[in-house]
Amino acid sequence: MRGSKMVGCAIVVALAATACGGGGSDEGDKSKAGGGFSMNIAEPKRLVPQSTTESGGSQVLSGLFTPLVDFDAKNQPVLAAAESIESPDNKVWTVKLKDATWHDGKPVTAKDYVGAWNWGAYGPNAADGNYFFGTIAGYDEMNPVDPDGEEGPKKAAEPKAKELSGLKAIDDKTIEITLKAPFAGYKSVLGYTVFYPMPESALADIKAYEEAPIGQGPFQMDGKWNHDKFVKVKAYKDYKLGEKPKVDSVEFRIFQDQNTAYNDLLANNLDIVDQIPTEVMGTAPSELGERFKTSTASTFQFVAFPTYDKKYSDPRIRKAISMAIDRDEIIKVVFQDSQASARSFVSPVVGGYRENTCGEACKFDPAAAKKLFTEAGGVEGNKINIGHNADGGHEQWINATCDQLKKNLGLECVSQAVPKFAELLTQVENKKFSGMFRMGWIMDYPSMENYLGPLYSTGGSSNYYGYSNKDFDRLLQEGREAKTEAEAIKKWQEAEDILAKDMPVIPLRFGKNNFGHSTNVKNVEMNLFNQVELTKVEKS
Amino acid sequence: MGRYVARRLLQMLPVIIGTTFLVFALVTAMGGDPVQNLYGERPVPEGIRAALTAQYHLDDPLPIRYGYYLAGLVQGDFGTSLSGSRPISEMIADAWPETLRIAGIAFAFEMVIGVAAGVMAGMRRGKFLDNLVLLSTLTVIAIPIFVLGQVSQIFLGVKAGIFPVSGTNEGFYSYLLPGLVLGSVSLAYIARLARASVAENLRMDYVRTAKAKGLSPSRITGIHVLRNSLIPVVTYLGADLGSLMGGAIVTERIFNIPGVGYNLFKAIQIEDGPALVGFVTLLVVVYVVMALVVDLLYAVLDPRIRYA
Repeated sequence: MRGSKMVGCAIVVALAATACGGGGSDEGDKSKAGGGFSMNIAEPKRLVPQSTTESGGSQVLSGLFTPLVDFDAKNQPVLAAAESIESPDNKVWTVKLKDATWHDGKPVTAKDYVGAWNWGAYGPNAADGNYFFGTIAGYDEMNPVDPDGEEGPKKAAEPKAKELSGLKAIDDKTIEITLKAPFAGYKSVLGYTVFYPMPESALADIKAYEEAPIGQGPFQMDGKWNHDKFVKVKAYKDYKLGEKPKVDSVEFRIFQDQNTAYNDLLANNLDIVDQIPTEVMGTAPSELGERFKTSTASTFQFVAFPTYDKKYSDPRIRKAISMAIDRDEIIKVVFQDSQASARSFVSPVVGGYRENTCGEACKFDPAAAKKLFTEAGGVEGNKINIGHNADGGHEQWINATCDQLKKNLGLECVSQAVPKFAELLTQVENKKFSGMFRMGWIMDYPSMENYLGPLYSTGGSSNYYGYSNKDFDRLLQEGREAKTEAEAIKKWQEAEDILAKDMPVIPLRFGKNNFGHSTNVKNVEMNLFNQVELTKVEKS
Repeated sequence: MGRYVARRLLQMLPVIIGTTFLVFALVTAMGGDPVQNLYGERPVPEGIRAALTAQYHLDDPLPIRYGYYLAGLVQGDFGTSLSGSRPISEMIADAWPETLRIAGIAFAFEMVIGVAAGVMAGMRRGKFLDNLVLLSTLTVIAIPIFVLGQVSQIFLGVKAGIFPVSGTNEGFYSYLLPGLVLGSVSLAYIARLARASVAENLRMDYVRTAKAKGLSPSRITGIHVLRNSLIPVVTYLGADLGSLMGGAIVTERIFNIPGVGYNLFKAIQIEDGPALVGFVTLLVVVYVVMALVVDLLYAVLDPRIRYA
């Protein structure tokens, strides 16, 4: 229908295109926005839970779905769609579901979860959230590895299985998950977007489903996903899984540029902007007054030392470099306070976070830094370089860091740009990049382990710098197998202390959510997944 | 005439094949890793990489990949985008009308106001109006479009509240400000072009003859001078309409219009070859058709020009 209208316009365009603009009745109508609010998102890549890991899509899905577990003010997991989540040995987990209905009225069953997760774990479906299922038994059979690497002539074998052997629907309300290895923090993992269910009918035609996803959450779709323009949702009347929304509807408006969204917020046309651009951070607090808000975000920025580069093999050198960096200064000048200084290896959003675990090494002390640096004999050629990807906008802070190192350690420091992040990673993996390089980490699941395992364990999935410490690996594993979350955290904290001694990376910054809202709404909060808490927002 | 048009249309084929191949080759030559781009800074699981590589023939040599693309294109299939796997034909159908709307406004604005201002200035050479037009057009040409766009958005949209700040929610009105901003720079060029052309034609022998014959001044300028002066202006307008319809990356971004420019920007960013080639193919067709229309218009304006 819509398509045919558009074609009609295209033909008469040369002179009369302007006439086509009229009649926007099917698009946002401001006069009817009485009981709802609007917020900005980027165009979602997909709206399939198992394939949604970016912010725009997961924000929309957070309204349409209720996760098995949610997180309280202290970032501890609390049950949401699940009645109970238990495990005798941290390996076999039994999830009992609360009674719930899909937006079309059908009951939600354990099979809906199992089906959706199997879809996500099946390699050929190329779901973005695929690797989240990697800890469940049977994942490897569904995701065979290319025997001779992607460059080689051999193609990856067809997957042997289409379903996870470690996943079973015991009855309508019970799911049994068997992990490859015990993991004490698994409950927290289940709070992520990719563990939402999908109705069984969705799997037959995923493409059709994602145009208007049916969920079991506080909001349901109001019409279809209008690509590049908006997604509208309305309150789901029969919602029983938790707090009911305080508004009738939400309009997710799709913006190409955060600056535009911010201007719309200033004009009170848009109710919530979830990330205020750094360019306007200087003026936003005064322009918005108390409608300007901040909260801790899960991102972590650091500089890593490749272990193959012998220049940095002495921990004293690494500590001296860290001590010579004035984090607060860079955050103030370059980032306009849009991020926070990091002096720990683990983000404040997860349980087990302690302030200042990095200790002396992350305290700005140019005199001590210089002394330690000289004691350790300095670096070869008295010259270092910091690598970064030119497409990520890192030039400015890397240069500022280099200037500080030059001044405080009296050495030569060069910022070395590689065009793309992927290229930087490839160079590091092939040990072709010499020098320190920047890295960033976005939390996958709210557990301390997520800031340790992938980044520093031997062979960890994002351990590009090749750090390896047997004690660290042992403590990490002991934590995973611990009986209780508290015991696990204790082990992981011990592991974090090892990092402080070895300094495989220099912690620099934790992310912050800098958000703002219009005069039409109040109670705007953001959670640890960097999403606006839709059910809490009220009209003012 | 008919044969001429047919010949020109046939010439489009090699042009389209050549340009799409060039774009395809250039995207490949960028040497990036589109799969990694989709994942940002996260590691890509091996199985996913294999699946996407097979789906988009990423490991085949360039001619074979291009062959797959062309085979699809012949069947009217533009392929699917790497990001979000939407059919590209659907993306074009959504994006192009948006671009056409602001292009239409921009074009009408620059044509009507630009030609009028230019003709009036050309007829009153050296007078106040002429100086005013010269000065104001010079100012507009000197300001980069992103400054013009952002300043007008903040002052007319946010502060004064006369125009919607962004988006397409308010029908025709939403497209007005971006259209005017987009058209303003070309307007300045057209005004200057028309001014110079009119001023030159006014000194031609035929004008003196017409005056001597006793024709009314309005007939001399309205019919004879204007018609002869418009040839360079039409050439410019034709080329400009082509580029307007190709989308305006900066303007669309500032005013959040999800048109062709926005899609091109996104496709370049993540090296989405299929989407990039799809949209460029569209642009090529538009340009070639516009060039043809301009050539045909010459014959209308100047009867001495004939096509056979």
